[in-house]
Amino acid sequence: MAAVRVSEAGKRAGGAAGALAEGARPQAAAAEGEWAEAPTDAVRLVAPSRTNDPYREMDLLRLSTAGSVDDGKSTLIGRLLYDTKSIFQDQLEAIEGASRRRGDDHLNLALLTDGLRAEREQNITIDVAYRYFATPKRKFIIADTPGHVQYTRNMVTGASTAELAIVLVDARKGVLTQSKRHGFISSLLGIPHIVVAVNKMDLVDYSEAVFERIAADYREFAEKLDVKDLVFIPISALKGDNVVERSARMPWYSGSTLLHYLETVSVGAERNLVDFRFPVQYVIRPHQDFRGFAGRVASGTVMAGEEVVVLPSGQRSRIRAIETPAGPLAEAVEGDSVVIRLEDELDVSRGDMIVRTMNLPTVGTRFEAIVCWLGVAPLDPSVSYVLQHTTRAVRAFVSRLHYRINVDTLHREPATTLGLNEIGRVEVTTSLPIFHDPFQQNRATGSFILVDPFTNVTVAAGMIRGEVRTAESVFGAAEATTSPDVVWEGWNIARERREARNGHKAGVLWLTGLSGAGKSTIARRLEERLFEAGCQTVLLDGDQLRHGLCGDLGFSAEDRRENIRRAGEVARLFFEQGALVVCTFVSPFREDRERVRALLPEGRFLEVYVSCALEECRRRDPKGLYARAARGEIPNFTGLDSPYEPPENPALVLETDRVSVEAAVTAILRLLEAAGLLRAR
Amino acid sequence: MITYRKSHLEQLESEAIYVLREVAAQFERPVLLFSGGKDSISLVHLAQKAFWPGKFPFPLLHIDTGHNFPEAIQFRDWLARRVGCELIVRYVQDSIDRGRVVEETGAFASRNTLQTVTLLDALQELKVDAAIGGARRDEEKARAKERFFSHRDAFGQWDPKNQRPELWNLFNGRKNVGEHFRVFPLSNWTEMDVWQYIASEGIALPSLYFAHRRRVFRRGGMLMAETPFVTLLPGETPEERMVRFRTVGDATCTGAIESEATTVEEIIQETAALRITERGGRIDDQRSDAAMEDRKRQGYF
Repeated sequence: MAAVRVSEAGKRAGGAAGALAEGARPQAAAAEGEWAEAPTDAVRLVAPSRTNDPYREMDLLRLSTAGSVDDGKSTLIGRLLYDTKSIFQDQLEAIEGASRRRGDDHLNLALLTDGLRAEREQNITIDVAYRYFATPKRKFIIADTPGHVQYTRNMVTGASTAELAIVLVDARKGVLTQSKRHGFISSLLGIPHIVVAVNKMDLVDYSEAVFERIAADYREFAEKLDVKDLVFIPISALKGDNVVERSARMPWYSGSTLLHYLETVSVGAERNLVDFRFPVQYVIRPHQDFRGFAGRVASGTVMAGEEVVVLPSGQRSRIRAIETPAGPLAEAVEGDSVVIRLEDELDVSRGDMIVRTMNLPTVGTRFEAIVCWLGVAPLDPSVSYVLQHTTRAVRAFVSRLHYRINVDTLHREPATTLGLNEIGRVEVTTSLPIFHDPFQQNRATGSFILVDPFTNVTVAAGMIRGEVRTAESVFGAAEATTSPDVVWEGWNIARERREARNGHKAGVLWLTGLSGAGKSTIARRLEERLFEAGCQTVLLDGDQLRHGLCGDLGFSAEDRRENIRRAGEVARLFFEQGALVVCTFVSPFREDRERVRALLPEGRFLEVYVSCALEECRRRDPKGLYARAARGEIPNFTGLDSPYEPPENPALVLETDRVSVEAAVTAILRLLEAAGLLRAR
Repeated sequence: MITYRKSHLEQLESEAIYVLREVAAQFERPVLLFSGGKDSISLVHLAQKAFWPGKFPFPLLHIDTGHNFPEAIQFRDWLARRVGCELIVRYVQDSIDRGRVVEETGAFASRNTLQTVTLLDALQELKVDAAIGGARRDEEKARAKERFFSHRDAFGQWDPKNQRPELWNLFNGRKNVGEHFRVFPLSNWTEMDVWQYIASEGIALPSLYFAHRRRVFRRGGMLMAETPFVTLLPGETPEERMVRFRTVGDATCTGAIESEATTVEEIIQETAALRITERGGRIDDQRSDAAMEDRKRQGYF
């Protein structure tokens, strides 16, 4: 039996772990003899190379290239692949044939990299493509990005994982806008090394003067950027000068060839090995005695025995062990995928972050960022997007757009929205805190993406600058959501603890619909039922709030919006106390309701549409409001002279002109069970 | 001495494990598409490491064309037993019997393209929302643009012009009902990386990968194994040679190469010197320059 065998292996591998594995141990880590039985002739066992493993000597460099067809970028990459013998005979024959058919008079190396059919037909590169080659010292991954209309989106994508960027300049044309744009985006995405390859030197007679002028021009431009290492190399990708082999035709150039530079530039120098950040990716719990938190160390290092704190709960513990199948590690380092066990039994789940007690990231719901807009639909400040940051996903909206950056001139321009390929400085507000660092210090905890909640498409890439601090940015907006003097302390008692005691999850149930539709009647009966069942529950009623907290507000669209904003904030306070909050508000505007949704974690805001024909509401008129409105005493009455926008995707619709109050309450209770907030009974 | 330097294999391994854990965290019903080839065998090894000491939380799914090398099937069953995971097999023959697909005829007949229908039917039947595959970007031009998380519409189709941008290591697995994802943890690996990893980790493989004596015949510049599934053309005469396979797929379209390499180290030496791509041994890709792209759009692996 596998389990018996493996338990012995587990003991052997390390006393600290002593864990009983549920799964079979992967082969390399298996005990001696465990794999000795050769079951059939079909299976060939392979002995792992445990010592002096020659295959673990090479390192890895990820780089990006950008440029248009004319720059000769595809030719350059083709040249690198060809001269490092990374092209196979059949590929070569295929492009020889294709070159002949196209009527090219030389071997068209560009054909090697233009992958998709449309590209071959239209002679353009559409998307980011990845290329691989290796020399005996190093493996290279090239993110090859095209230089046409979609340039920014693709350059940003390609640059996001790169450590080095090759910027191509056509020696005949000098420094054009596109080369600057690529430099700017590379610096924005924190790429430390930029190589400016001045290509097509063969077409300017290998002139040193031309090369020096271009280098001087680009240096002048790059002073405005944050580039740590800038290198210039004169090449001809077509003829092969200074790409892999040194060129005899440019004796005035004494620097490295491009490949030599790529092989020797130091990699990993920019890794953040100081700030330990461990976003929990997945909880591994094979049996009662083992609870491990799987993840990849985003930055820094950590050792067994160190004191740590778990965000957001703030609970402290120590690292009990750093587990791998080959046995426990003394230390885990940035980039390692490991399993961490803590000394104490804490409730930790995906999206939490383990950090050192004395080195904390910023914890907050509002931050400043640079975003690149990647979506076809422009930035919509009323949409609550899904923000993915480390392993955490929260709702968020762009609460301010400060300016747009013109990628060609680097000027700041006033803007009301961001369209596809545009870059801007924004302030983002999230429904729940995220644990972040400035992107410049930490690429892993300083980056995020925004996802459109309706189309599920990734619409933006963001780089965090820091928290919102300045009085200007907090007060400038009409609806500041925090006072400048208030420091957010975090909740003293974590909601999860309250929920554990209550025996149910917290949530906000939002009943929206016309006046007289039956919201309050249903909500009162529901609250009774929840209370009787022992739940912690609160009813927030529109009328109640308007008598006190919102007594200063009228019924204009603006005041209605503020009314709902306050109601949402109050609901959230009760929510954090672990309550099931039942809210009844006409709340006619979709956007206002979505803002409330954005305040809460996903799945905890349940929108219930209490639907009833206007005629029926008017007939019921429980508070005599329709009659007064008809007499002109109440202007802007929803359903009469002010619109009602029904929910597009409610969790539940109750047609109260058809179902009884009891049936409606039962339906809501079922919803709460289905949503996992109440235990099914 | 503690070194913070990471070799390329360590980085690739860590990345693949990260991707596998993302799949488990973001999806409800993932499967690992198991072909019997070295890439999916390496994936199983990585999945074991990713969730150790637990079991990996998804079954293996094998789409069986029925045109197999017996060694590949024996290996598959042995591995599933050894790892202790669930193995689901769906047969192209069943799709043919149900009239979902029509079998090709003639000397070049292959069930390779028919697999797509069986695969999509299986994904639907099992309500799979993420299918993990061993495809690598270095294999073929169309794959160079594939994402780690590759979105498929409700018809299982890939739209290469409309892919989601993929930045840093933030993978967006959000989708609508009926849609699914293909996930490729080995995206950044090359053939050489996989072989080096096999050597370094000591991963068992089907014996087909190592040089052995076998009756083969020459067709279209490659060596084909003599099997009951292939009809010989006039002039094609099988003879016994020392060969090994670089990929293990459907027996009707997987070519062998002449080789004396009987150990992983020898295979690595040979791979470094080889001048033909791995997929160059596959008849299915040679049908046209855009053959792979067309099949991928329709939902191929």
